[in-house]
Amino acid sequence: MTASLPALLVLEDGRAFHGDSLGATGETFGEAVFCTAMTGYQETLTDPSYHRQVVIQTAPQIGNTGVNNQDDESEQIWVSGYVVRDPSRVQSSWRSTGSLDDRLTAQEVVGISGIDTRALTRHLREQGAMRVGISTETGDPRALLERVLQSPDMAGADLTADVSTATAYVVPAVGKRLHTVAAIDLGIKAMTPRLMAERGIEVHVLPASSSIDDVLTVGADGVFFSNGPGDPATAAGPVALMQQVLERSLPVFGICFGNQILGRALGFGTYKLKYGHRGVNQPVQDRATGRVEISAHNHGFAVDAPLDGPATTQYGRVEVSHVCLNDNVVEGLRLLDVPAFSVQYHPEAAAGPHDSAYLFDRFVQLMQGGR
Amino acid sequence: MPRRADVHSVLVIGSGPIVIGQAAEFDYSGTQACRVLRAEGLRVILVNSNPAKIMTDPEFADATYVEPITPDIIEKIIAKERPDALLPTLGGQTALNAAIALHESGVLEKYDVELIGADVDAIQRGENRELFKAIVEEIGGEVARSAICHTMADCMAAAHDLGYPVVVRPSFTMGGAGSGMAYDEVDLHRIAGSGLAASPTTEVLLEESIIGWKEYELELMRDKNDNVVVICSIENLDPMGVHTGDSITVAPAMTLTDREYQDMRDLGIAIIRAVGVDTGGCNIQFAVDPADGRLVVIEMNPRVSRSSALASKATGFPIAKIAARLAIGYTLDEIPNDITAETPASFEPALDYVVVKVPRFAFEKFPAADPTLTTHMKSVGEAMAIGRNIPEALQKALRSIEKSDASFSWSDIDDDVETLVEQARKPHDGRIKKVQQAMWLGATAARMYNVTGIDPWFLDQISIINEVAAQIRDAAELDPRLIRRAKRHGFSDQQLAQLRGVSEDVARHLRQALGIRPVYKTVDTCAGEFAAHTPYHYSSYDEETEVRPRSKPAVVILGSGPNRIGQGIEFDYSCVHAAMALRAVGYETVMVNCNPETVSTDYDTSDRLYFEPLTLEDVLEVVAAEQQVGPVVGVIVQLGGQTPLGLAQKLKDAGVPVVGTSPEAIHLAEERGAFGAVLAKAGLLAPRHGMATSFEEAKAIADEIGFPVLVRPSYVLGGRGMEIVYDDDMLRDYIGRATQVSPEHPVLVDRFLDDAVEIDVDAIYDGTELFLAGVMEHIEEAGIHSGDSACALPPMTLGRADIERIRIATKAIANGVGVRGLLNVQFAQASDVLYVLEANPRASRTIPFVSKATATPVAKAAARVMMGATIAELRAEGLLPETGDGGTMPMDAAIAVKEAVLPFGRFHGVDTVLGPEMKSTGEVMGIDTLFGTAYAKSQVAAYAGGLPTSGTAFVSVANRDKRSMIFPIKRLHDLGFEIVATAGTAEVLRRNGVPATVLRKHFEVVGDDPEPDTIARILDGTIDIIINTPYGVGARLDGYEIRSAAVTKGVPCITTVQGLGAAVQGIEALIRGEVGVRSLQEHAADLEKARGAAL
Ligand SMILES: Nc1ncnc2c1ncn2[C@@H]1O[C@H](COP(=O)(O)OP(=O)(O)O)[C@@H](O)[C@H]1O
Ligand SMILES: Nc1ncnc2c1ncn2[C@@H]1O[C@H](COP(=O)(O)OP(=O)(O)O)[C@@H](O)[C@H]1O
Ligand SMILES: [Mg+2]
Ligand SMILES: [Mg+2]
Repeated sequence: MTASLPALLVLEDGRAFHGDSLGATGETFGEAVFCTAMTGYQETLTDPSYHRQVVIQTAPQIGNTGVNNQDDESEQIWVSGYVVRDPSRVQSSWRSTGSLDDRLTAQEVVGISGIDTRALTRHLREQGAMRVGISTETGDPRALLERVLQSPDMAGADLTADVSTATAYVVPAVGKRLHTVAAIDLGIKAMTPRLMAERGIEVHVLPASSSIDDVLTVGADGVFFSNGPGDPATAAGPVALMQQVLERSLPVFGICFGNQILGRALGFGTYKLKYGHRGVNQPVQDRATGRVEISAHNHGFAVDAPLDGPATTQYGRVEVSHVCLNDNVVEGLRLLDVPAFSVQYHPEAAAGPHDSAYLFDRFVQLMQGGR
Repeated sequence: MPRRADVHSVLVIGSGPIVIGQAAEFDYSGTQACRVLRAEGLRVILVNSNPAKIMTDPEFADATYVEPITPDIIEKIIAKERPDALLPTLGGQTALNAAIALHESGVLEKYDVELIGADVDAIQRGENRELFKAIVEEIGGEVARSAICHTMADCMAAAHDLGYPVVVRPSFTMGGAGSGMAYDEVDLHRIAGSGLAASPTTEVLLEESIIGWKEYELELMRDKNDNVVVICSIENLDPMGVHTGDSITVAPAMTLTDREYQDMRDLGIAIIRAVGVDTGGCNIQFAVDPADGRLVVIEMNPRVSRSSALASKATGFPIAKIAARLAIGYTLDEIPNDITAETPASFEPALDYVVVKVPRFAFEKFPAADPTLTTHMKSVGEAMAIGRNIPEALQKALRSIEKSDASFSWSDIDDDVETLVEQARKPHDGRIKKVQQAMWLGATAARMYNVTGIDPWFLDQISIINEVAAQIRDAAELDPRLIRRAKRHGFSDQQLAQLRGVSEDVARHLRQALGIRPVYKTVDTCAGEFAAHTPYHYSSYDEETEVRPRSKPAVVILGSGPNRIGQGIEFDYSCVHAAMALRAVGYETVMVNCNPETVSTDYDTSDRLYFEPLTLEDVLEVVAAEQQVGPVVGVIVQLGGQTPLGLAQKLKDAGVPVVGTSPEAIHLAEERGAFGAVLAKAGLLAPRHGMATSFEEAKAIADEIGFPVLVRPSYVLGGRGMEIVYDDDMLRDYIGRATQVSPEHPVLVDRFLDDAVEIDVDAIYDGTELFLAGVMEHIEEAGIHSGDSACALPPMTLGRADIERIRIATKAIANGVGVRGLLNVQFAQASDVLYVLEANPRASRTIPFVSKATATPVAKAAARVMMGATIAELRAEGLLPETGDGGTMPMDAAIAVKEAVLPFGRFHGVDTVLGPEMKSTGEVMGIDTLFGTAYAKSQVAAYAGGLPTSGTAFVSVANRDKRSMIFPIKRLHDLGFEIVATAGTAEVLRRNGVPATVLRKHFEVVGDDPEPDTIARILDGTIDIIINTPYGVGARLDGYEIRSAAVTKGVPCITTVQGLGAAVQGIEALIRGEVGVRSLQEHAADLEKARGAAL
């Protein structure tokens, strides 16, 4: 318990918290968001959707199981900053290969600990997600606030290029190959291709900038649009690609950002939620069956589609297939005349419950011509 | 989809008396269930033999039957009430077993009663360990290797291939009754023997030991649409091998990655589906191999359990309430989450704090019991604490448990590292402190892990506490940063003081002067994602407090902390009633308590709930926090038992208003000298007594007043440390031990009154009028603790004159002491002289019993009187009867009998003889027009089988009892019992014309003489009732083997002549036949009428 270096956190609206340095020293900025998951911090940190966000863990004791080399969702930690009340100094897990703190330091992630994370969370809940800065370099809130105000805003941010793979790569099917899917990487998590591969899908992960021809040349019998960071309103490229795919009636499955892309391709608007959904305990109802799935969420934006009955779009009828029972936010879209559907939440989980894994089977059925 | 329209009335079965393994948590769950079912407009019929519960209050059901939970009694109730459905999943194993019995005997079908919330096959699949294991394996889960055995021979064979040690576990029992860890054949014989006996299906399971693995629990819920949610994960700090009920447990699970957690969750969900728990809650236990994560399923409980009570309090998700709604057809998404109001119950709570539960044991009361913790639950209660990290929650929990030596400490450690490490090896009450001190003295975490199997992460949390302690101790001076750090790690002012060598007050004043005060966070089920509408708070030394401003005046009610022998849910009952009564007249009620099992810690019982330890520091901070946000009228210390009472003076000294009886008055009653003066002034007698601080003084007193004397420390509850002493040696020995009990108070030496009738009185006094709430006559003579002896109301042998004398005496005491509110007095009447044994200026253990027997809300009325109402006003208001009271019960009023329930079956080798030290964990009530019938009901409610109506009675009584037993035994014989007796007893009986066969005492048997002796006869089940009054002194009185054999075989064993008399009346009543049932509501109506007639 050596007295550690002090750190400072300042929100865009001026509220400041004094704590201890966590991970790397220095200064960082991003959008302050809170995640209520009690497990899976390693998956959270390495989820590209958190790019440019400073994640506040509401669970007070984090790092207990250290980090391992199996649970990463991507090659690196993406969060731009990390806020934990009580980071663990030891790791207890037969799979652990190192400590969280070392990993944060090694990847130069600036964090802060020892602050009233619940107070910060409630503030964001009331005031909405906002920019934040964390610094070990200044103890002066005013100085840091100025730099926070200069940092870029999340609304209008186009971050796809930062997270998408530079070159295409293939995740081979497990066992016999039954289908080929082109997965547009807008910030894809490692678990997603894995779950498709387990279902006999050969997954060609393509850069976000891919064209319809790239998709066709891999001989895809289905196209997947992944999750990812940023404001969907800036994703003109992927939206255009989605439209071309829909025109060809190629089976489509989208997750999270992919759901917003589908929404925009259909002509719906997207909007920023006050403070988003981030956690692994969210009740989502499948409106067809009435069944409730406990699901993993990580989204700050949502699709603005009508909840009352199907809407007609240039690609035919579309219905809202899933809603979040907490706030009736649109959590899924399903086209009735074209083989396409998407969800705003995370059936690939990691972290989170596996209740929604059936959606990957649904995708397979679509590719088999089923509806 | 709305609830089912075809169900209009529901029968709810409660869990009966508080016993180890099935305690107050089922009061909480049953009460919630009754509440919601009635709110849904259903007619609720309840059967539960336990009068101490909130659940059995007439206002929580339409028809409340405080009757034995036996198939035939329940059938009578069903025949009378004709409910549409039966809800058995909220009354623990007792209710579940009763429901199965009713199903199998065809009663449910006969009266066309539908079982809701569970179906019998699902219960079988969940509870029958053999079926269950098969199911788990089918769905690809792993279980520990095992074998099902129905005979001892099977057991031996099975243990042979499984290899020792093996775990023995009977089917269909709870709290591990009859289970244990067998290290060799001898153990196996003993454990499996009682195991086979304990299981209703004479089936035990032998299982490969996976002792030392990590142990987890999941609380799940499922609705009829097959939506499943996991409410809470619980991790046991004590690894496999220590019953979860005896383990320190933590929520949420702290040492699982998401992958392992989700695998556990998937498996849990697959199990609840495969078992087919169609709606409601269930608890599934898992073990994880720390070396490779191998996941093994231990068991499931297809019902609301102790852990679900803990999970409900830990998460704010009211499992029982929701389970009841699901049972009548709602789905999770149709039920709102009370706390957020805006979101549905179909979600999984997220915690932004940690919860620690610490069990409370009572080994000090059973010196002969083996204190090693094993697979068989031994704790009698528990305390829970909430904090923002484990060090904070753990230290709060340890002080919540209210054992002076439970909290971590860093000075005057008598043992060296080696000794401490060794002591930590064996699981026992207080092991965690041994671990802390061993590490403080230098034992490494690695080493402690090797000896205890406690996960290294938890061990590090303890090291952190030790490191902070070192910083506090070594600091040149305490700067704010350091104090704050200590507070954030759960250090109490007392611990800070100890480390700095100053007084607690000094430490507190320094802290407060530096402005270091706790803030209060909210348990909101969602980690702050949504606003919470229920003020369910816990303290932490964080930045922002969430206590809301308030305009109404607040009353703070101090609860009674963890259940323990001598201070059980009876006190919670009074606290809850006070909350209800004061809420009703416009106060904002603020509850402070730390017992997760109880109704008082439901977030909707009071206006505000603070889940906090009941220490001076924690209470003062709560009061201060509430004073910040609005007017606080005062604190109620009278209802929670000795715990809050002990704080009264200190609270007052700290400037906190104490409502009701003043601390000074409390002192008058509690302090012997002062109380003696009060009695003298009132012209009342106490047994001759004196006060001693040394053996010499004690001897002097004893010589003067004469042996036997009764010795005890002052300021105790439940007769703690109280003994009957017959000679100098015993006296010397006692004084030697007594000092540990309560150092700051002297030892009291009383003349012990032989053959005195004990009378327990509860009363309310408003300063002018006395309301004699109840006069209870004990069945056992004085000398057996009031908490352990059966008693009757109205008193069966006291006449009006006696009662009037008691009324006058009670009023004189109430007046002399200066009581405002409740007063409990214990009298002993010996040869027509009335002695005062003690007066307790507080709610007593008997308040709920009295309230139900007299159909009067005594605790509510008392709470009002404390706040200034007069008895006359309450009579006018209708809260109290217009005229008369518990002392003027109508002539033909039904008689209620309270019987104590003792845990001897749990503690192998403990003598069952009753004495002045309380040993019972719970109580039951039997009510009927005749004393005999009421008594018989109380017996069957308390002990499986109850009184026999035929067969063989074995009699062996002390010489002093020989005269008085002749008549009742003769009666037994006339009633058709065969009488066998030990030589001396038999002789007396024969001379008096009672044919009695002689049975040799155990030790009289020489060689392998085939003719069975007493013990053999009891064990081979050919004795149906035992009458054995012990004589001699010491821990193992004569006849010890007889009584322990009786316990092993579950044969009713009567140890007092008075008990014998009552039993004979009971047996006669049973033989006379037709035992009817009556609801408390009917009882109240009868009394109403009779009282009216008396006008
Ligand atoms: N195979 C085993 N090896 C070691 N300990 C065990 C084993 N099975 C159970 N236990 C311990 O015994 C306790 C009680 O067992 P359990 O199956 O939960 O019975 P109960 O119905 O009494 O809860 C568990 O909490 C666990 O600590
Ligand atoms: N002088 C006495 N003679 C006989 N029995 C006594 C005497 N004093 C106390 N007792 C017995 O001891 C029991 C416990 O004593 P009590 O004063 O009630 O202690 P507690 O505070 O634990 O209730 C009483 O219920 C009574 O049966
Ligand atoms: Mg168990
Ligand atoms: Mg008493």
